[in-house]
Formats: sequence, structure tokens, C-alpha cells
Amino acid sequence: MASIFQGVGAATSLSSSTSIETKKFHFCSRRSPSERKACFVVVRSGGVMVDGGLNRIGGRAEQLVTNAVAAKADTPAAATASKPGHELLLFEALREGLEEEMERDARVCVMGEDVGHYGGSYKVTRGLAQKYGDLRVLDTPIAENSFTGMGIGAAMMGLRPIIEGMNMGFLLLAFNQISNNCGMLHYTSGGQFKIPVVIRGPGGVGRQLGAEHSQRLESYFQSIPGIQMVACSTPYNAKGLMKAAIRSDNPVILFEHVLLYNLKERIPDEEYVLNLEEAEMVRPGEHVTILTYSRMRYHVMQAAKTLVNKGYDPEVIDIRSLKPFDLYTIGNSIKKTHRVLIVEECMRTGGIGASLTAAITENFHDYLDAPIVCLSSQDVPTPYAGTLEEWTVVQPPQIVAAVEQLCR
Amino acid sequence: MSFSGAKIIQPLCIRYPDTPVISDQAANRITTSSPFLGSTRTLRRIQSVSAAQRRSASAIVAVADVVKEKKLKSNKNHLLTKEEGLEVYEDMILGRVFEDMCAQMYYRGKMFGFVHLYNGQEAVSSGFIKLLKKEDSVVSTYRDHVHALSKGVPARAVMSELFGKTTGCCRGQGGSMHMFSAEHNVLGGFAFIGEGIPVATGAAFTSKYKREVLKEADCDHVTLAFFGDGTANNGQFFECLNMAALWKLPIVFVVENNLWAIGMSHLRATSDPEIWKKGPAFGMPGVHVDGMDVLKVREVAKKAIGRARRGEGPTLVECETYRFRGHSLADPDELRDPAEKARYAARDPITALKKYLIESKLASEAELKAIEKKIDEVVEDAVEFANESPVPSRSQLLENVFADPKGFGIGPDGRYRCEDPKFTQGTAQV
Repeated sequence: MASIFQGVGAATSLSSSTSIETKKFHFCSRRSPSERKACFVVVRSGGVMVDGGLNRIGGRAEQLVTNAVAAKADTPAAATASKPGHELLLFEALREGLEEEMERDARVCVMGEDVGHYGGSYKVTRGLAQKYGDLRVLDTPIAENSFTGMGIGAAMMGLRPIIEGMNMGFLLLAFNQISNNCGMLHYTSGGQFKIPVVIRGPGGVGRQLGAEHSQRLESYFQSIPGIQMVACSTPYNAKGLMKAAIRSDNPVILFEHVLLYNLKERIPDEEYVLNLEEAEMVRPGEHVTILTYSRMRYHVMQAAKTLVNKGYDPEVIDIRSLKPFDLYTIGNSIKKTHRVLIVEECMRTGGIGASLTAAITENFHDYLDAPIVCLSSQDVPTPYAGTLEEWTVVQPPQIVAAVEQLCR
Repeated sequence: MSFSGAKIIQPLCIRYPDTPVISDQAANRITTSSPFLGSTRTLRRIQSVSAAQRRSASAIVAVADVVKEKKLKSNKNHLLTKEEGLEVYEDMILGRVFEDMCAQMYYRGKMFGFVHLYNGQEAVSSGFIKLLKKEDSVVSTYRDHVHALSKGVPARAVMSELFGKTTGCCRGQGGSMHMFSAEHNVLGGFAFIGEGIPVATGAAFTSKYKREVLKEADCDHVTLAFFGDGTANNGQFFECLNMAALWKLPIVFVVENNLWAIGMSHLRATSDPEIWKKGPAFGMPGVHVDGMDVLKVREVAKKAIGRARRGEGPTLVECETYRFRGHSLADPDELRDPAEKARYAARDPITALKKYLIESKLASEAELKAIEKKIDEVVEDAVEFANESPVPSRSQLLENVFADPKGFGIGPDGRYRCEDPKFTQGTAQV
């Protein structure tokens, strides 16, 4: 099991990837010259603005976030109004949130592989075992199904465990416990026992980690009744969602992304807790609603820059809550723009985008001027080769092309 | 693969010794294999009868080191007091009568689905659970009615749950395989085998956590995990043996080896059928005990529970027992040899205890009859109560999915779905 400290490294390629076809959206090199031109523009703007991609450590990401194409509506007023806040990386934000909650409530504990002495494979729990002891930050043997079940049993008896999957993919081994006990036990016990666990870990497609370490489990877990799923994407919402998940009495699965751990942002000094069920307005706009989450948010924002240069005004929403969907924020946006593009890293089949498409069609069909477009990863096991891997996930040029198609 | 001849092992006579259960001979042996009863097919020749005789009166403790067992002190010649005897007897009768009533009710169409009855195994439940405090926890499998009853869940609540009524212990939402009680610390009731063992491990972990992290110095709560021979081949079993021994958790793993996992004989499924041996492999004592004898079970249980309570760590106890009925009420039970069933029926734990109580003058026939009558009434009352209880209404459908119903999310109108009035009626779209 590879552990990666600096998962972010090589450049995100901004090549035109025009040979990739999605089921709904057809664009290839046989298309109009304007398309090609678009790609060319993207590359050029990419070269100037964020050379080497979004995911460089530190500075670039910070630039990207603060230079977001339009002011973030969700920027908390508190952050600007009061003290300036402090800068940190996303994994540090997660740790800060975790530590604050452990400080606040002695029943909060952590269990997982290498969370204690090693500090976590992505350093989210670094220093905590030294501070709180080996029982409270428990290094478990490699037995996902059992230690997840152990966390659930502990939660039933009053503790509030955070169960870490070293990589989200390993939680497939814990599916039995997550589905049967985590999700259903509150119901089958007639409400007698609650399971306030947080199951968290890094997932998503990284940098050539291979098929099994590049999984997106949100699509597998979404049908389980009784759980909530959230995905963090910035240090600000990572800390806020971590705290909210710990405080929630429901079992929450918190999806982190391997490539986002080193994003840097300035977050408020004072305590804040975000809402688990709400989506985040990243960039208000008028022409099209782009729904996304986790790492794809950054691909979308990069595409948004290009789109703005071309005269489009996309509204970007980070849905954050993968289950349940915040249909209010999403609905209001659709009522305004009448066009929807979903950009996700899940597989095409049965992913979050598929569910979201269904939910939107069901609830807001009358407000749509065009069919919903969903850009997802290819239904392939993530290849090792860098070029192939790049083509399995959605890239900014595809997003630009999709918006142009949608807004014609 | 051929086996070296089938050998029918004669059942051992049950003798209730006046002397303590653990003989010195047995104590000095590091390992003793016990003859495996129950199937006409054996994978290997079992040791000679003399070994069987040596083993007959004792429970074997097999540990990594030799353990000198002290002779048990009893106040009198008896293994338990009159009160204890009657309590255990009543509990076993309750288990038996209740399960028989379940069978009746099932065939009358009052309960449905998979119902797994415990007839014949009462000695294990009563032998262990009657030694627990209210704060101790019990985790079981789908064969959980009697574990819940022994732990103190009222017969009414269990019967109602089986009938699917809203007055059931789980509001009718769990059913036969999901008996839970927060009040009595019954942590389930699990339909998949093995999935309760990690939950039990977690409960034991909490007990240790409360003592060491939350500084509740007197927290010595023990957890019992009950499961069967089939489960002893499952990964979660081994993973939890490891973790429990590693962290010295206050848990006792109780294997109810009734030799059959539906139609799969234990001998056909297991490379080494002696499950108790798996304990020392993980660093905990492994004990084999005659699970048809409630007094022997009780003695072993006292030791194991005592160990856990003192913080000395887990124990694996293999109880050799037998289910008189099929795996579930849907099981035609055609595979098991009638001779085997007859042999075990002769070792009915209730009959054996009754005999012991009367012969040792701890109770009279009349007292025992009175208990039986009382239990009949309790179970009849439970059925009546369940019959008259209401079925769950539609409004109950969406309750209890989430501890915090905000988890259903925000609807298109901006309100949380759980605030929608249709939600409490159970008709909301979630």
C-alpha cells in the first residue's frame, strides 16, 4: 500500500484530449475549427496562468483560489470582517478540525492503520497519538472490516470514533460493516442505538497510483440508507466538514482526495462548523450551472477562466454533500440559468452524476432549456500510464467544450 | 480425498461430579483433544476411549503456558445455590417454551421470514448470561431470541418484535434476526454471520476506553460474543481474536458449536475442527466445554468472565452443543442423522439440570413444576400482548433511518425534508 506524502506533483496536462467521447457530449477532432481554437486558447492561457496545472504544492493553488474568476459568494464574512486568519494546507486543516473536536469531547477517538505513531499516511493525524495516547488514536492491525465494525460497536456504546481508511479503496473490505451496521443498525434497532462515526480517507484518481488505489467509492456507498456522504475540496470546507461530521449523530463518510491534501488557504482563526447538507457556491453566474465536487472543482474553475475570457458566465457550485443533495441551492441555480453541466470524477455508470441527473430531472425538469450534460470519468480501471490516466478523468478543455455546446 | 474409515463415537455419560469440575489431571495437560461427537463421518480417527473418559468430567483449558487450576471452592458440595439453580432453571425453561411457541406462531402465520430457534442450546445462554450484570453487553447472531431473554429483555417485547408490532423491542423494524435492547445492553441480533463479532469487540473496547481514557475507574463491563461453528471459519472472527488479545479487551468469545451450519457439517468445513485451539494461536486461553451441561458451562463462564473483568484479556470458549430443531423454521433438516439427534436429545440440558436439582435436594419437583407453569403463563401472556399490539403505522417508515433526520437533506423548497409535514406521515419523498 503506497503512502504518498506529496501526491501532487506532475503537471495536469492541458492537451486537447479531443478523442475522448462521452455518451452525452460528442466532441472530437473532426469538430469545427472553433473547437480546436478553443483548445489552443486554453493551452495558452493555461501556460500563462497556472503552468503545470492546478495541483502544484502551495503557491499555485493559493493563487488559483484567491484569483477565482469571480468573488466567492460563500467566502465567510467573518473571515474578512474579523482577524485575518491563518494559512495552512488542507491536511493540516483536517487535523486542526479533528484536534479541536478531540479537545472538546473526550469521547472522540481515532482508529485506523498507521494513524498513531506514523501520524497517518497523509499526516492528517500527525502528533495526535503523542498528545492523546495510543488508545485514543489507535493503530489498528490491517483488518478493515473488523476495525470498522469495532468502531461501530464503540459508537453504539457511547464513543464517537473516526475511522480512517488509509486509502478509500480499502474500505471496500469494510463494506459489510458500513452497509449493514453503519447504515442500517439505527433502524433495525428501532432507534435504540446511534452510530455517530465518521469514516474518512483519501480517494480519487491520483498520480499514476494504479487502478486499485484510484477508486471513487462514493458511487458504491450512495445507495446505503442511513449514511451521509460529504466531500471536501478546500482547507476551509475540509475543517468545517470534519467538525460537522464529528458532531453529527449520523454516520458520515467524508471523502478526501489524494491530490488536494497540499492545497493552501487562509482560514479563519475563530471556530466554525459547516453544514453537512449544504452545497457551496463557488462562483455565481448567469449562463450555466456547473455542479461539481472534490478535485473536479479545480478543473472546473480552470475551465471557468477560459470560459470567462470567451464571454461566458458560468455558475459553479461545489455540491459538497454527495448524499443527500442540497436541492435548494442546486434548484435555485437551475431556475436562474436553465442549463446544467455536471462534472465529476466518478465513473459514468451509477455515479454521483447519474443520481444527480435523475434528481434534477425529477425536480426541476420544467426549468431546463437543454438536456443535462454529465461529464464523468471513463468506465475503465484507472490505468497506470500517465497519458491513459489523464484521459480517464475529465479535463478542463472538455468542460469548456461542454459549456459551449450547452450554451449554443 | 478419502477419510480413514467412519467411526461412530459413543456419547459420554453425563455424570455430575460432586468434586470440582476441573480435575488436576486435566489441568496438568497442556492440550487434550476431545472426541468429536455428532457426525457419523470423522475426518480422522479420534483418540481412544480412555482419553474420552479422562475428559468426560472436565473442561479442558489449553493455554500457551501450563496453567495450574485451583480446585474450585464451593460452600457446600453443590456447584450452585438453590436460588441460582432455580434462576438458571427458570431461564432455560423460558428459552425452551418461548422457542416452541415461536414455532407454533410461525406455522399459524403470525411471524414470517427467517426464524432460527435455539432449542437444545439453552445451557450456553443461561450458563453464561445469568452471570452478567445489567451493564455488561451481549452480542449474538440470528439465533438471538434466547440470548435477549436471558439478558432480561421481556418476553412480551421479543414476541411483539417477532410479530412485527410496534411494541416490539425494535419497534417491529428489526425482526427475528435483529434483537436489540439499549436498556439491557443487547447489541444485536445480526443476520450475517461474523458481523456481530467486531461490534462486540468495539463494545469491549469502549469498556477499556472508559476506564483508561475517560477515567471511569470502576468500569469493568464485559462483553460476550456468541456465534456458531460456521462463523469460526470467517475472517472477522480471526481478526477480532487478534485485536482482542492484542489490546486485552474485556470480551469472551463463545462459540456455540452445534456441529452444523445449515446443512454443512462442521467437519466438512473446517481443517481443524477443534475451535478452542484457535485461542492460543492468538494468545488467549481456549477452552472446550460440554455445552449440554449448564453447570459446566457456568463454571467455565465464571472463569472467563472473571478474567475479562479483571482486565486479563479475552477467552475463547467452545461449547459443544446441539440444536434440536432445524437451522430455521424453513429448514427441512434432512441431512442430520436421526441417531445423532437422538443421542443429543438424551442429553437435553433442561432434563439434566432438573435431575441434578432434584437429586441434590436443591429443589423439589413441585417447585420446578411451579416454575414451568409460571413460564407457560409468561409466554402465553407475551403472545396475547403481541396479538393485541398495533402494527406500525405509515408514519413510522421514515423515522429511525437517521439519528439526526437532517440527514435526509434539504428539499427544493429550502426546508429540511424532515420538516416537511408529509415526513412524519411517512409519505414524504426523500
